[in-house]
Amino acid sequence: MIAMREAFGKSLVELGRKNKDVVVLDADLASSTKTTYFAEEFPDRFFQCGIAEQNMMGVAAGLASCGKIPFVTSFAVFVTKRPADQIAVSVAYPGLNVKIIGAYTGLFNGRTGATHMAVEDIAIMRAIPGIVVIDPADTVEIGKAVQVIAKYDGPVYMRETRDEWPDVFDCDYEFEIGKAITLKDGDDAAIISCGVMTSESLAAAEKLKEEGINVRVVNMSTIKPIDREAIIKNALETGAIVTCENHNIYGGLGSAVAEVLVEEAPVPAQRIGIRDVLNECGTNRELMEKFGMSATHIMEAVKKVIKKKK
Amino acid sequence: MKEFFRRRKLKNFYKLDENEIEQFKDIAREIRCSILTMVKEAGVGHIGGSLSITDILVSLYFKVLKINPKKPGWPDRDRLVMSKGHGAAAIYSALAEKGFFPKEELKTFGLINSNLQVHPDKNRVPGIEASTGALGQGLSIGLGMALAARLDRKDYYTFVILGDGETQEGQVWEAAMFASHYRIDNLTAILDYNNVQLMGNVSEIMEIAPVAEKWSSFGWEVLEIDGHNFDQIIESLYKAKEVKGKPTIIIANTTKGKGVSFMQNNCKWHGSVPTQEEYIKAMAEVKK
Repeated sequence: MIAMREAFGKSLVELGRKNKDVVVLDADLASSTKTTYFAEEFPDRFFQCGIAEQNMMGVAAGLASCGKIPFVTSFAVFVTKRPADQIAVSVAYPGLNVKIIGAYTGLFNGRTGATHMAVEDIAIMRAIPGIVVIDPADTVEIGKAVQVIAKYDGPVYMRETRDEWPDVFDCDYEFEIGKAITLKDGDDAAIISCGVMTSESLAAAEKLKEEGINVRVVNMSTIKPIDREAIIKNALETGAIVTCENHNIYGGLGSAVAEVLVEEAPVPAQRIGIRDVLNECGTNRELMEKFGMSATHIMEAVKKVIKKKK
Repeated sequence: MKEFFRRRKLKNFYKLDENEIEQFKDIAREIRCSILTMVKEAGVGHIGGSLSITDILVSLYFKVLKINPKKPGWPDRDRLVMSKGHGAAAIYSALAEKGFFPKEELKTFGLINSNLQVHPDKNRVPGIEASTGALGQGLSIGLGMALAARLDRKDYYTFVILGDGETQEGQVWEAAMFASHYRIDNLTAILDYNNVQLMGNVSEIMEIAPVAEKWSSFGWEVLEIDGHNFDQIIESLYKAKEVKGKPTIIIANTTKGKGVSFMQNNCKWHGSVPTQEEYIKAMAEVKK
């Protein structure tokens, strides 16, 4: 098992070998985001921007307007919030081909605490018109997604989680922007999940099966554009939805799914995620338990939502 | 202090021929008329900071820039980024004069469904290189263009027009650091130093002086000119292109509302729309 960031860093090098227009920008965190691999192999296409994210985003916009494919990398918390206006005006408004990579996502940031936790990055990026938002589930998906987003012409925000997490996909999985994948069948309820919460959701589903509850698990790594058809289909077929995300329950996957549900297929729903608090230092497992995001919490949410079914 | 004395002060030693100067003055007159008419008709826009950059834009579009209005997407063209996006009326007028789109279209400025947004949208207007309006962002974009030229071994050149109040934004100084760190010598910034911003004089709102010393200490070559003197503007633009190993900024001392006596140096005319009476008076003055 390798860390998500390792998979990202290696895939970026592979992309760099295939496409000479790919350039990487960093704000003094390359050793953490693992763009160091790219920097070592392609020093001329790696731009250290110093701790100055607003300028970094603007430079990326200029590079993109001249045909380059910039990957702008830093911690999710810094690469989305500091230059939020630059992302909106310099990048998204003209629809430039900039790939924004936010590392160290949600609760899981190597015990660095609340200041380094991106709990609202998805919400902010999702609210800016024209940006694709992706939170990959495992090393396979993040590796594939790097290649796919480089081929997509337009602004993308993708999360890059730091550590090792259980893989949920086989190597032959093909990632597609905007397409949800059912990982486990079941009719009692559907868990719609993104990012590293997908493996936790699968663990919850396995335990629920032992209790005689058959719950479906759907990986919805693209939060925007959201896979409306998949949401409607799962709502109609199971009659109950639980969303799981490593993000504030406001504005992220849970909100995006709920928006589709109220418009198209109102069914009972529960949201698992960070409950509008800034967090603290701790191991990934400790934080998951403390902030209500472990398999146990997901199981409780599933049982609760099933009770609400008509 | 050494740096301070090293920067070059330009005198009138680059002489354009008389005919050329007259031609530029004619174009500048046309552009100033268009700016006043556009803002008057639309009921929105920024006259003061458009009039202050008119002569600089004429020098760029009609002398210095390597561009082709018939091929706005030509990959080897020079780039001009209007970082102070509220100078839109001026740049649209200049682009129309140059033939990027019909002058007739200027009448749509600021109206619903118009390509001519009050702040420029690069996807709507041929010749607009960056979408700007939120201040402080254009220099970084220009630096990305300059880096792309370096990567592709192309010799196109990038110019960025900055407002003076705009340099109160922190991002400008992040960009200033980046430019000298990467020894960007295929980009020149032009500072429209008219010393007036929306709420008053720049020096009263938030002092940016000493400007030359600040940029010089950030590693930039600094040239200072009269931003309404065509000889000085054009000479400084060519001189800037010759500077190697570091970026250059031209500090253009300009007058906000240049050409209209009652608008000059008055912050009211940052964003006000003239009455019919004021419009007639202003048009008569700029036509002189």
